[in-house]
Amino acid sequence: MKILVVDDFSTMRRIVRNLLRDLGFNNIEEADDGNTALPMLRNGKFDFLVTDWNMPGMSGMELLQAVRADENLKHLPILMVTAEAKRDQIVAAAQAGVNGYVVKPFTAAVLKDKIEKIFERVE
Amino acid sequence: MSELNREDITEEVAEELKAHAAGLKEALDQGNISDAMQRIAELGEVRDRSLYREVGRLTRSLHEALRNFEIKAENREQQEELSKMADASDRLDYVVQLTSRSANRTMDLVEDTMPVASNLREEANAIREDWGRLRRREMKPSEFRELYQRIDAFLDRIVSDSDRLHGNLSEILLAQDFQDLTGQVIQRVTSLVKEVEDHLVKLMVMASDVDRITGVVHDQEEGSQEDGVSSKGEGPQIDDSQQDVVSGQDEVDDLLSSLGF
Repeated sequence: MKILVVDDFSTMRRIVRNLLRDLGFNNIEEADDGNTALPMLRNGKFDFLVTDWNMPGMSGMELLQAVRADENLKHLPILMVTAEAKRDQIVAAAQAGVNGYVVKPFTAAVLKDKIEKIFERVE
Repeated sequence: MSELNREDITEEVAEELKAHAAGLKEALDQGNISDAMQRIAELGEVRDRSLYREVGRLTRSLHEALRNFEIKAENREQQEELSKMADASDRLDYVVQLTSRSANRTMDLVEDTMPVASNLREEANAIREDWGRLRRREMKPSEFRELYQRIDAFLDRIVSDSDRLHGNLSEILLAQDFQDLTGQVIQRVTSLVKEVEDHLVKLMVMASDVDRITGVVHDQEEGSQEDGVSSKGEGPQIDDSQQDVVSGQDEVDDLLSSLGF
């Protein structure tokens, strides 16, 4: 299972990476915004994308839309982990095709739960 | 005090205006047009002068507010570090730096600590199993000798590993000292922002006075209506008691399940 973690803050990427490692995922790569992430996704055969929303350059929402519009990537499971907490935003993310939505600050248990739910549904 | 000054100025201006107005009327009554023109020019000058004076006063106090914005460093080291920072955005960068340094230091230590803890648990589990076999008298003497040595080594390891755990935890504790410095910096920046805001409000009042006095009318610009959701995101919501903001993961889950997730 190869996972891409996208967040503009290296500390947050490190936290997510550590939590994912605790859950048994060891093949993890990182990107700091959508512009860096998209080429990696197109070339790298990733199985799962964890992304923040608010980032300079290409935001997580734009990345989500780009992935869903890409013929080769549109089925990639995406978990959004973000501080964006407006109802409209969550609805918009759901409509854009996100598979899970975690608001910051979050716990290891929440992250685990959402990831498991996503894979239950995908499988 | 500035309010008092302002009233003084207004009074002074009113006196001057009255004097020139009286002079203007007199000149007109006497049919002395060039004198009247001169008076009108002087009236305009009084008006301009009072505006300039007010704008100048506000500019000076704004400048003062910006200059007064300086952190009192406690020691030489801090002083050097802080004196390099001339403006608020540098200060906020400094906060980002400090917090990120501290977060990384903490995570280094956690990553160093976790394997120590899980190794201890694994070894303890293994020894407990063998210990059970010993108590149930299922152990050969040669196995017992090996267990005896393992327990000896394990006790030594517990001592050195728990020292390491304790040391790492103390360092994690110390890595939180950024809160003090960043808290001070942020408070300073906040009070600067408040001060600047106060002055800006005064400038706006001033500007509307200028409009009123000079009779300038502006096109009313409609505030740009934000329609829908910005794909750029808005950042963390500080006040989660607002209707349109979720207060935690439970509300996110409820919302998503109401959408059929």
